[in-house]
Amino acid sequence: MDFYTFLIQLLNSVQYGLLLFLVASGLTLLLGIMGIINVAHGSFYMIGAYLAWSLAEQLGSLWIAIPAGVLLTVAIAMVLEWLVIRKLYRRDHLYQVLLTYGLILVFEDMRSVIWGDDVHGVNIPGILAGSLPLTDNLSYPVYRLFISGVCLAVALAMYWIIQRTRLGMVVRAGYSNREMVQSLGINIEFIYRVVFAFGVALAALAGMIAAPVSSVFPGMGSQVLIICFVVVVIGGMGSVKGALLASLLIGFADTFGKVLHLEIGGIRLLPELSSMTVYLLMAIVLLWRPEGFFGKRV
Amino acid sequence: MDNDAPVNQRRRDILKAAAASATAASAGMLLPSVTLAQPARIKIGLMLPYSGTYTALGVAIENGLRLALQEQGGKLGGREVEFVKVDDESEPAKATDNTNRLVTRDKVDIVVGTVHSGVAGAMIRITRESGTLHIIPNAGVGAATGPLCAPNIFRTSFSNWQSGYAMGAVLAKRPSVKNVVTLTWRYAAGEEFVKGFKDGFKGGGKIAKELYLPFPDVEFQALLTEIGSIKPDATYSFFAGGGAAKFVKDYNQAGLRKTIPLCGPGFLTDGILEAVGNAAEGLETTLHYGDGLETPKNKAFRVAYAKAFKLNPDVYAVQGYDTGLLLIAGLNAVKGDIGNKKGIIAAMSKAKIDSPRGAWSMSRAHNPIQDIYLRKVVGTENRVTGIAVKALDDDPASIKQCKMA
Repeated sequence: MDFYTFLIQLLNSVQYGLLLFLVASGLTLLLGIMGIINVAHGSFYMIGAYLAWSLAEQLGSLWIAIPAGVLLTVAIAMVLEWLVIRKLYRRDHLYQVLLTYGLILVFEDMRSVIWGDDVHGVNIPGILAGSLPLTDNLSYPVYRLFISGVCLAVALAMYWIIQRTRLGMVVRAGYSNREMVQSLGINIEFIYRVVFAFGVALAALAGMIAAPVSSVFPGMGSQVLIICFVVVVIGGMGSVKGALLASLLIGFADTFGKVLHLEIGGIRLLPELSSMTVYLLMAIVLLWRPEGFFGKRV
Repeated sequence: MDNDAPVNQRRRDILKAAAASATAASAGMLLPSVTLAQPARIKIGLMLPYSGTYTALGVAIENGLRLALQEQGGKLGGREVEFVKVDDESEPAKATDNTNRLVTRDKVDIVVGTVHSGVAGAMIRITRESGTLHIIPNAGVGAATGPLCAPNIFRTSFSNWQSGYAMGAVLAKRPSVKNVVTLTWRYAAGEEFVKGFKDGFKGGGKIAKELYLPFPDVEFQALLTEIGSIKPDATYSFFAGGGAAKFVKDYNQAGLRKTIPLCGPGFLTDGILEAVGNAAEGLETTLHYGDGLETPKNKAFRVAYAKAFKLNPDVYAVQGYDTGLLLIAGLNAVKGDIGNKKGIIAAMSKAKIDSPRGAWSMSRAHNPIQDIYLRKVVGTENRVTGIAVKALDDDPASIKQCKMA
């Protein structure tokens, strides 16, 4: 690998890492701040992607489809929280996994009924459709750089809201001691509903932003779910900083795991290594710090 | 996610159990008389995907099969036909139970299935033992007509190797193609396509590099950069469904489509052309069927299928139709005597199938010997531009492993 190719692979790593962060951020938020394990996270990602596709077809532009889709998912999430999720805050994590798992089945079948089982594509909006030339035969899609920009903006906004605003403080306090916050006259139920909706909207937003590059297809949610949990676990529960660092590290491990091979005398050693690099990374990090990079010690 | 299967299963079983007990309560008395009244029917067990990603494929295969039988007045060798349907959910873990249900409990005469290679592999293990006539209408796994072949097992579709070989043979004849990179998922089907391609490409240029991706990973960017730095004259690739759509788009956006032509088996571009827009324009693929095949048989088939099901037929419908033609050839030869298995197998082995895809016959290992077409993406069509390889048999190495008398 020459130096220039190496630089491009670095760019690929960062770009993939940032995309992972965007996809996993909603999960970090719900798990770390509210203590809810939401295995239906991937389903919201899928719903976002399908909304981006169907709304962009009807409204004519992805730029209108994205805010409309976010509003729609916020509304769905609020109703969902009121219907079922709020009964789970005091329950064991097992109940949360069971219920949100049930939601996966419901959403998957509803997707099949409403949108069918076909593969769909979403067009990249005109001004972002171009590519920047990198070498004589490789170019980089502008839209991928745009995704990276959105991811960074989301990371900064999340960090700021959780650490620097009153809302963030109340939510964090609510997780440590719900009754105390309530007795101070704060409507914690409403705040939780808002945060849940925000976490779901983040998942849907990730699906919408990623739709033009990933295509829209059944089962796309379960593909991202596992890697999202890896990000959250490596980064430390609830740490936005940790999730960002973990995403970037996974981006590097995955990219270079795919293109660097151990070869001796032309024979490849461990051809399966590329499918393991991410999990090796996770194992190493957890051996060193069982609570993840920025997790609270338990 | 792998672990959603058990819960799914349980949920379905509960529903089925509830439905079954309800039916039994209301109509239980009628059941025995129904089975006694029609002793002469031929029972066909359809084990196909009726839920999940491959639903459309399962439905197309069943439609094709029904169309072929309809043209015979709905009969096989003069006898009425009864279908028993099982949804295999493309779930290998449930394949053994589902097949046993058809073979042991329902005692079907013929098993037809399926799309997913893993499920088909499990089915073969049972039908080899039981000796039940088994027709595979899609799954391209090489072993089915190789080391695992059996007199009672036939395939009416293709083997992965055939499709890969044809593309290799096409590129080997192009002097401008000296270096090729292959890229696919590291799992059985992907490796079989690549092996076929390499066999076909022998005598042409060389394979500069074989790249693999864990299944079903769709993050291609790192490997596209790798291809860009190797600068081959062509890329041979197999992906399917959502993965194929994403790959074809990423390949185009990386700027590679114009300088390094992308080619692959037909499944790379089937069913995704609407989704990828012009990113697939000009891509060449090889398959045993294609849009706009100008033969009278194909035209008649397309009209009849569209009229019967209000759908356009695809390659899967053709495979289902040919499954019907093969059964007709077998059962007509013995005048519907389903007990004469030897006679049926002999007739099916020798059958010349006049298919919409073109005439084909069975190989010694019961895989179609067929023309593989070269197709080019024009707009939203996989247009046939010629025959890549005429009357192609399966992988010689695989046939050699078939221990059938």
